[in-house]
This record gives sequence, structure tokens and C-alpha cells, in this order.
Amino acid sequence: MNIHEYQAKALLRDFGVPVPRGYPAFSVEEAVKAANALAAPVLVVKAQIHAGGRGKAGGVKVVRSIDDVAREAKRLLGSTLVTHQTGAHGKEVNRLYIEEGSAIERELYLSALVDREASRIAFVLSTAGGMDIEEVARTQPDRIATFAVDPATGIMPHHGRRLAQALALHGDLAKQAEQLLTKLYAAFTAKDMSLLEINPLVVTKSNELVCLDAKIAFDDNALYRRPDIAALRDLSEEDAKEIEASKHDLNYVALDGTIGCMVNGAGLAMATMDIIKLYGEAPANFLDVGGGASKEKVAAAFKIITADAKVKGILVNIFGGIMRCDVIAEGVVAAVSEVGLRVPLVVRLEGTNVERGKDIIATSNLNVTPADDLDDAAQKIVRAVRDSQ
Amino acid sequence: MSILIDKSTKVICQGFTGKNGTFHSEQAIAYGTRMVGGTSPGKGGTSHLGLPVFDTMAEAKAKTGPDASVIYVPPAGAADAICEAIEAEIALIICITEGIPVLDMVKVKRALSGSKSRLIGPNCPGVMTAGECKIGIMPGNIFAPGKVGIVSRSGTLTYEAVFQTTREGLGQTTAVGIGGDPVKGTEFIEVLEMFLADKTTEAIVMIGEIGGSAEEDAAQFLVDESRRGRKRPMVGFIAGRTAPPGRRMGHAGAIISGGKGDAESKIAAMEAAGIKVSPSPARLGKTLAEVLKR
Repeated sequence: MNIHEYQAKALLRDFGVPVPRGYPAFSVEEAVKAANALAAPVLVVKAQIHAGGRGKAGGVKVVRSIDDVAREAKRLLGSTLVTHQTGAHGKEVNRLYIEEGSAIERELYLSALVDREASRIAFVLSTAGGMDIEEVARTQPDRIATFAVDPATGIMPHHGRRLAQALALHGDLAKQAEQLLTKLYAAFTAKDMSLLEINPLVVTKSNELVCLDAKIAFDDNALYRRPDIAALRDLSEEDAKEIEASKHDLNYVALDGTIGCMVNGAGLAMATMDIIKLYGEAPANFLDVGGGASKEKVAAAFKIITADAKVKGILVNIFGGIMRCDVIAEGVVAAVSEVGLRVPLVVRLEGTNVERGKDIIATSNLNVTPADDLDDAAQKIVRAVRDSQ
Repeated sequence: MSILIDKSTKVICQGFTGKNGTFHSEQAIAYGTRMVGGTSPGKGGTSHLGLPVFDTMAEAKAKTGPDASVIYVPPAGAADAICEAIEAEIALIICITEGIPVLDMVKVKRALSGSKSRLIGPNCPGVMTAGECKIGIMPGNIFAPGKVGIVSRSGTLTYEAVFQTTREGLGQTTAVGIGGDPVKGTEFIEVLEMFLADKTTEAIVMIGEIGGSAEEDAAQFLVDESRRGRKRPMVGFIAGRTAPPGRRMGHAGAIISGGKGDAESKIAAMEAAGIKVSPSPARLGKTLAEVLKR
């Protein structure tokens, strides 16, 4: 789960991390009120969307008067920002963050993530702040330093020295760096983050280390124990079908194709997308109904797929292990009898309780094309979709 | 022969009396697995499926001497269950649970280092030696004893590989689902090492997916081993060729991020290591049969 910059900064502030003063604003009036409260000579108006590259897209403006804040707020609120991370549709701006400006001496980069190779939290550091870090990694790899932290010890003074060295920070700034590192690690572990990116981390003209931007993503698997974080979710940033799917605890990702897929298991769901593409059509979604899905959950999944206007055909591909084929069959039958079926449906069942599942489909009188295996299923649905066009 | 488990393996189940623990223990017993009991805190001293239930793994270990443990405990308690099994010095711990917070797994991974245990999973279908021992949730009826070793990050794609190799008359030695989480107990390389050392495993199917670089690491390992003269005919598949970058595809580990982990680089590395990578997940068995005929 992702959150907005203003939420990330408020969270980091609670851990004593230095961030500039600022207030969120949902209207021009609130933006002006925030600017007045800050009473700073330089102010920054920042569009709050879940995507990077806002600055280049005109979503971050440095201004010097309250009038300019009002003007920029009016321009940004309700507008659509297209950045390299939003896709061509862009994202509508509904929230702003009004912040005091900082006098920047140097821009640095710092991020923390769970490094799968080390199986530990790792920090990534660079003196090339304010830039696209992936680009830096490609073109100037020697400007990037990383280290992983042993979970048994947590942050130790030597990590702080390493950070200071990597970012060429000396004297009091080196001390600030160690404190910052300790606080960021504490926040990361206490809130079950999966990514914490400060880009840029700046040294101000008054020799202070400040987090000028903050991007945080959280581990979805840990949200059950972080209700304060779950409450920060902004549904307007998400696809409506994905929101509905998440209510039923379904792994669903909306895609652009025409064949709706319902599959058990993430790997098989991806492979089903791949084989549809291999036969020349494109999947409308990724959908993993998971291991122990109930009949109701399967029905909910089926309804989400059928409600998608792009869908011209549906492929149900189940290889039951923990998931029983009869449960899938009951769910599909229940959903179809409730919402009807306007597109071709191919069902492939294999594995646990497969005979019972096939019986349920066969005796349901639904217009279902059964398939023997994955290859057969993919070919049948692709043909059906093409025939119907 | 086989790897990790066989008909003599004694298995204890953590989360024994729950819905999943019960259903899959019944299936395991029916398959012939030597289940020796289970744990369920608060239900110690009772019996379930005709087997003893214990409150703690320490007691279960002392009373039944298991070689392996299988975990069906829900996500919130799963890391604790794994660590309890590590403390009880269970040699092989297989965690089926999906959805464990990754920072819990970071701690578990630390606890594993220097311990007497190997962990398979979490978020995996388990391990199965055809005709001998079933630990986890793989459907037993699709297996046939034979000569193919299978290792996979994905549960249901493991079943595909098993099903297809059975249909081709090749059969399996052992199938290992290593799981779809970014931080896990056992990686491809360790399982491949075991298959290369197992004389009865004559061919290997390896199924990866987008995210991370475990497939590339495994490919490098196979290149190195092949120079030492250890090699098997291999077929591979990478799921997620069509997945968009930046979107998590169900598995926490299945995400293309930072320009790393896409299918093309994995497929290239595997092909370079001599693995025949099938573009279709439905042709794993046929492709392997063709490779073996050559």
C-alpha cells in the first residue's frame, strides 16, 4: 500500500525525523490558510498523487507570495498530472501539500527496502540526490552505496559512519546522519514498511539534514497489525475494480486486454496471462482467488470480471491443491445464476475434487465450454472471443 | 531415491487441528505419509485424526522424534511457529502459510542461520516425493514415481509440471515448491544442488517467475556445475512475461521493480545455462520429453 507525501512526512515527523513544516490542503481556501500559517518567505505547492516525477510534470511549484499559492492551488486542484509513472491517463490531483521552502546546499539520496538477497533491510545511498536513482544506477554506479542491517542488532554506530562516508557528511552533519538513520530504521520496522525513499535528502545552507521528499510503501501482509497505516489508504488513487477485489481479499490487477481470467495461485495466474498472449489475445486482468477461497469469494471474483465492460470472454483456470475444484464450480454457478453470462466462458478444472467440480458445472445447464488442459483452455477462449467479434 | 523426504520421513503438523491442518493431514495420511502427530496450543493431551496433539514443539519433538514439520498456522502466528520448530531443532520445516509479513521473515531468516533446520517456504505448496511422502498441499493423484525433479516458486505451476510429466510417462522423484515470497528459507540453487546429487533424478524442471534475481543466480550455478561435469537435461518456464512493471502479481515477490526481475533477462540466463525454456506453461512435459529423446 502506498501513501501520499504529506502522510509520509507526518509519520516520519512522529519518529523525530527532520522534515520541513507543512500542511495538507484539499481546497484553495485551505491552501491559503496553510500558507498564512507557515508565514515563510518561500513556499512550495506540491500536488499529492501516488506517482513520482511530479516536479517535471508541473506538479511542484516554488512560490513567494500567498497570491501565488492561491493561483497554483487553483491550477492544480482538479487537474490531471501525467508523469512517467502515471501512464498516459495521468492522475487527478485532489490534494495538495503546502510546505515552507528550504535553502538547499546539497541534494542527496537515501532509501531503505527489504533486500531479498540479503534477507535484510538494506539502505541505498547516493550523493546524486534529486535524480532518478535507476538512471544513476545505470550511468554512475560508483555513486551508489548500499549496506544491509542485521535484524538482531539493528542500527549501530558503524552504520552511521558508513552513511556519513557514503554521503560525504562531516562534523555535526555526520552526527545528524547517524541519528537520522536510527530514526528511519525505527520507523521502517515499527510500521512494517516495504520501501522508504527520501529523494532528495538535503543539506540546508544552515547545515541541517532535512528530508525534502518522502515516499513510503507498506507491506500489505502486515496491514492487519497496523490499523493506523491502513487508515491512510486513499481509495481515489486506486482502480474501482481493484478496490472491490480487495474487499473480498482477492489478488486482482486490472489490465488492458479482453479476456477475463480467474485462476488459483499467482504463478498460474501469470502463466495464464502469458499463454493468452502467446495465442494472440490479451488478458483483461490478473486474478488469483488464493488458496482457501469460499464459494462466496469465488462468486465475488466472477462478478468483478463480468462487470468489466472490456471483457469479451472469460477463462477460469483452476489447478486445485488447497483450493477445491467443487468450491470453484459452486462459486461460478452461483455468480452466473445471479448476474447472468453475456460472454463465452471456458472452464478448466484439475486437481483436488476435480470430478465433483466437473459434475457441478456439467449439471448446472450453464453455457460453459469445458477444457481438458491449459493449452486447450487458452485456445478455446481465444477462438471464442475472436468468433464473437 | 529422492531428495529431502521419503517414505521413512516422520512428519509433525503445526496448526494440526485447524481447517487446513486437518484437511491436508488427512490427505497426507491417505497418501501414506508417516504423520506422527501435531501441535495446537491449548489442545495438548488430546488426539486428532488418531494422532497425539501437543501444546509445544519441544514436547512433540521429545515424544515423537519427527524429521520434518509442516506449518498451517495463520500468518500472524506463522513466524512464531517456524521459530518454535527451529528451537526444537526440527531438521526440515515446511511452511505452507501465505501472507506472512516480510519483516517477520527477515527475523526468521536470521534465526535459521547457524541453526540445525532447513526451511522450505513460506507461501509454498510443500514438498512431495512421488509414491512415498506428501508434505503440504499438492494433490497426490497427479504424481507418478519416476525420474524428474521439479522445483518451482509457484504452487499451482508446480502442479502443472507434475501433471504434465506424469502424462508424458516420465514421472517424478521429488517436487519442491520453494514459495513466492521475497524472503524465504530455501532458494533454487540449494534444491538444484540436491537434485544434481541425486542419482535417480535424471531430468529437472525449474519454474521461476518475475521479480528478484534467483533464477539468474541459479543459471550461473548450473553453468559452474556443468563445467565440473554435473549436469541434467532441464526444462524451464518463467511466469509473468506479460506482467506490467511496478505491479505486484499476487506473490509479494512477483514484481518487476527498479528495472530488475523481468522475464526476458531470466529466460536469457536460463537458456544460456542450457535450460530449454518453454514459452508455454502447457508444454513443460512435452518439451522435456523432446529434450530427453535427443
